[in-house]
This record gives sequence, structure tokens and C-alpha cells, in this order.
Amino acid sequence: MEYILIIISAIIVNNIVLAQFLGVCPFLGVSNKVGTAIGMSVAVTFVMVLATLVTYLIQVYVLNKMGIAFMQTITFILVIASLVQMVEIILKKISQPLYQALGIFLPLITTNCAVLGVAILVIKKNYNLLEGVVYGAATAVGFGLALIILAGIREQLELADVPGVMKGVPLSLVTAGILALAFMGFTGIVK
Amino acid sequence: MNQAQNFTKGLLRENPILVLVLGTCPTLATTSSSLNGIGMGVATTFVLLGSNVMISLLSDYIPDKVRIPAFIVIIASFVTIVDLVMQAYVPDLYKTLGIFIPLIVVNCIVLGRAEAFASKNSVFSAMIDGLGMGLGFTIALGILGAFREIAGSGSIFGYKFIPGDGILVFILAPGAFIALGYLIALVNKIRKT
Repeated sequence: MEYILIIISAIIVNNIVLAQFLGVCPFLGVSNKVGTAIGMSVAVTFVMVLATLVTYLIQVYVLNKMGIAFMQTITFILVIASLVQMVEIILKKISQPLYQALGIFLPLITTNCAVLGVAILVIKKNYNLLEGVVYGAATAVGFGLALIILAGIREQLELADVPGVMKGVPLSLVTAGILALAFMGFTGIVK
Repeated sequence: MNQAQNFTKGLLRENPILVLVLGTCPTLATTSSSLNGIGMGVATTFVLLGSNVMISLLSDYIPDKVRIPAFIVIIASFVTIVDLVMQAYVPDLYKTLGIFIPLIVVNCIVLGRAEAFASKNSVFSAMIDGLGMGLGFTIALGILGAFREIAGSGSIFGYKFIPGDGILVFILAPGAFIALGYLIALVNKIRKT
């Protein structure tokens, strides 16, 4: 039951992009086509689960043990950056089709604040390892959901006649705002 | 380019938020009031200034192949300094900004300026660039924060001047997206005319 609450909360109620404002850059950047949005979502899910797992173990068994918890920011960003690099290298070796599908998104993920954000949030919320990983996976699904919905809407908006100054980023932001308004309807399901 | 131009380019012409649209996450998350927005802007400016100066000083010694990880470590060190200082001296603001203080490290503006400007220019130019960009970021956050605070709760800098509740949605998440969208559209209009 507890895990179901974490999952529903992370995907819908406290959606990472629309309610917590993490990962807005890729949200605006790669949401012009549904195909790329799906690729990005899969890559983020993969990295986020792995990053949550590794950073949690490092926090508990290295930083806390040695009493250097203040090094969290530096350690986590380095771990995530090298993890992304490693995933890229391994993917290239073992699965060429998967690499071709996800490869271009991987370098972008290092500076995706959602990944670092979730790693820090898991520590802040005092989750245990399994809860942390479930939270990471659910958050990534929530990110994918928001990204794919926005991409779908933007594909339709391509044909709309909007004022010149609103084209591009402003229009996406306003669309995202209305989307966030819709997601706010779920507030109260989980506290 | 002289130093005055170098300083002012961050204010409007190359404003990191309103024109380049970088670092949108803290922009949306921390501007529920003008003071929070400005607090975030000042914290980011400090990191930007420190990392720009340090990277400009060290750029001759950092091998080209490992420059990005090296930049990230330098930036993360300054972020840790800000994090600890704010925790000690402004605990209330620190609590409101929360996770977005450590997340300055993945703010595209900071790494972007390090890579595009500081690593190729003199220490003094890098310092001016950091200050200008930081000020541009702070001003944009201040404007957005002030607008959301006035519309959402009828107050400015914490002083209430419109009685009643205000339009609550501007304080909440959707209002942030919509307000920033129209602010960027407005800046587009100003730049075009």
C-alpha cells in the first residue's frame, strides 16, 4: 500500500515537472515530436533508477559513514555524470539498436536537474533503498507522461495560427501551465 | 567588445532567462514571491561570479579533454559554499528555496558561461560577464516574482496593498508557467520593435 501511494503521488499528484519544476529544460527542449519525447522518457527512466540506486548507496555507506555528508552535491553530480558516460559506453557495446535510439539523449541527461533532484529528494525524504528506487522509477514515469502529453499537444499546435511573439517557447510555457492546471485537479488524492 | 557592453549584454540582449531561456527550473520554482526570486538570483550570481573567475584563472592548466568534469567540480564547490552559508545565516530563505540551492550546480547558465565565455577570456572580463549575467538572471527572477506576488496575493516584498485573496493560481505551479510564457512573449515584442 505504501508503495502504491508513493507511485501515485510521484506520477500524478506531485508530478516532477508540472508540480515540482524539475527537468523543465528537457521538457521544453525535446517536446516538439512524440517520437523524440518517448526516446527521452525511456532514457531518463533508465538513468534515474540507476542514479537513485547508486547515489543512495554512496550516501549511506560512504558519506554518512565517513561523516562528510556536506560533500553530497559534489559527489552526486560526479557520480551521475560518470554513470551517464558509463551507460553510454556499455549500451554502445551490447546493444547497437538501443544505443541508436537513446544515444543522443544520454549526454543531455547529465544536466537534467530532475535526476540530481530526485537523488537528493530520496535522501531528504528518508526513504529506504526499495522505496527510493520505486520513487525514482515512478518520478521518471511522471516525467515521461508530462513530456509525451506536451509533445502531443505541440504537434497539433504546429498548424495553429498564433501571434508571432508567442511562437515557440512562450506558447509551450502557456500550454504547460494549462496542463499543470489539469494535473492540479488530482491534489488531495494523496497527502 | 568593451567592458561596459560585456556587462550590459546579460541584462536584456542576452538575458539568460528571457532571451536564451536557460535555467527555467529555478526560475519557475522560486518566484512565488519577489523576495524568494531575488534571493535565488543572488545565490546564483555568487556561484556564477566565483566559478567564472576560478575557471578563467585555471583554464590554461585544465586539459581540454576533462574540462567539463573539472568545471562541474569547481561549480559544485561554490554551490556547497552557498548552501552552507545560507543554511547558517538565512535559514528561513534556505528552507523556502530548499532543493533548488544544491540544484544551482545543474543550472545550464553557470556551465554555459564557463564553457562559452570564462574559459576563453581574461579573469577581469570573466568577472564582469559573471556579474552581468547574474544581475540579468536576478532581475528576471525579481520581475517574475513581483508579478506573481502582486497578482497572487496582492502584496509586494511582503507588504500587502490590495485587500482580499488575490488570484491564487499565480502563486501555484500553473501560474508560474503561464506568467513566464507571457513575460517572454512581452520581451520578444520589445526586442522586435
